[in-house]
Amino acid sequence: MELKFILEALLFSAQKPMTLKELREVFSATAGAEDSTETARAFKKVKDEELLACLEQLSAEHESAGRSYRLANVAGAWQFVTQPDYAPWLRSLLGVKARPPRLSQAALETLAIIAYRQPVTRAEVEQVRGVNVDGTMQTLLERALVEQSGRAEVVGRPALYSTTAAFLEYFGLKELGDLPAADELRRLPVERPPAPVTADPGLATVPPETLQSSGTTSADSEPATGATPPAEGNPPAQA
Amino acid sequence: MWPGETTIRALMAEYKVQFEVFEGPLDLLLYLIKKEEVDIYEVNLTKLATQFIEHVELMRAFDLDVAGEFLVMASTLMFIKSRELLPVEQQVVVEGEEEGEDPRWELVRQLVEYKKFKDAARQLQVLESRQESIYPRRPVKMEFDNPAAPAKTEAGIFDLLNAVNAVLKRFEAKEAGTREIFEDKWTVSEKMERVLGVLLERGRMQFSELFATAASRPEVVCTFLALLELIRLKQLQCLQTEPFAEIEICIRENSVPGENPASPGPDQPQIQGQPVDSIPLKSGLETGEQ
Repeated sequence: MELKFILEALLFSAQKPMTLKELREVFSATAGAEDSTETARAFKKVKDEELLACLEQLSAEHESAGRSYRLANVAGAWQFVTQPDYAPWLRSLLGVKARPPRLSQAALETLAIIAYRQPVTRAEVEQVRGVNVDGTMQTLLERALVEQSGRAEVVGRPALYSTTAAFLEYFGLKELGDLPAADELRRLPVERPPAPVTADPGLATVPPETLQSSGTTSADSEPATGATPPAEGNPPAQA
Repeated sequence: MWPGETTIRALMAEYKVQFEVFEGPLDLLLYLIKKEEVDIYEVNLTKLATQFIEHVELMRAFDLDVAGEFLVMASTLMFIKSRELLPVEQQVVVEGEEEGEDPRWELVRQLVEYKKFKDAARQLQVLESRQESIYPRRPVKMEFDNPAAPAKTEAGIFDLLNAVNAVLKRFEAKEAGTREIFEDKWTVSEKMERVLGVLLERGRMQFSELFATAASRPEVVCTFLALLELIRLKQLQCLQTEPFAEIEICIRENSVPGENPASPGPDQPQIQGQPVDSIPLKSGLETGEQ
């Protein structure tokens, strides 16, 4: 009997996401049963790496089979979940998923900075966002998406914040490396341009009258373009 | 109402909505840059400063809460703007700052960084709403029969005989060697009334309890016959979880309450009031088998 099919059967029947540790316990309990078979005893001391390899293979097989469900690893726990495309019917069958209210834009921005830069101090987050984040931090701490993970070895020893397992679960992530574009955002390299562009390379700046007129023009045109949301890729609802 | 009022109102409403979505001065700057349709690296900060301050002025004019951060940013932009008004050779180098540390560069760097995280936040938002559409497989815990209370089957006549034989053996040992002759104190119908009385009160009892108070073999036999008779009359049933397990006696749920078991129907007048010895055991055996 193949290990991966035993795992498939276990995860098919499990009532909650199973971690490697929990799966190992099942194997050890099965091997310890009075009427255990030779196969069961063979898997008594199954290694995490073996389990992980089988689970990943199983997950890949389900993925490539293009079924309506897949084997997901969320925060290190494995579980069968449906594909998002089938949500409308599932909503009718099971009701809307019970989830806390969606996070605000401010909370998402703050969370993104903590997620990519952790462990990070509040001041560093404020530095990036350019605003005070006390209220937002409070919300994130209350929802247990972030937690205090230590103190920075700088003057005043400010608290350091990191994301929690609940953060991974909330966004359906396997691990922090699973964050979109993680490598790029971890330590952001910003290329310094040869020279910041001024209005006219010859002068230090444009003559005041030019500034004045362009400023007025832009102010006049504002009501027309004002309805455009500031965020790109965020088309108006009617589109 | 004057003609321009509605326009102003509409404008104000529009601005109010807009300002509320800005998450801070950097957000507003990004919005202004986007409106100009230029790359962050190529933006004319001087022009941007003018537009930014105009927006902040509008916010104040419309009596919106202007967060301190907006004012700090406005002053930074004013500094950049004023610095640029001077030819390069006349620009002040702030003491302690390295040569070439350009406030414009610092602002651009901050904007680029903020922009990246703003995009990351949008990605998180996509993941967030995607999670709302993913349903995990959550099988309900299966209701297997509780192994502590396995299905009970009705005990047959041989189970009952076995059980009563075990009880009788106790008396055999006790009465060995002695021979006592005494009056039969019990009748089957009296015992039937007693047994039924206890069961009506308690609902169920163990087979062994039935004989716990019995003083002699004849009494055990008498009680046993009463039990068989009650079973025959469908007043009670004997249940057993497995062969040779303790037999449990309980009221038969669909028993006819109107029927008085203590005074059986006309089909068995022979039991009524008769002494134990004279009751034909055969009838009890037959009835017990059904």
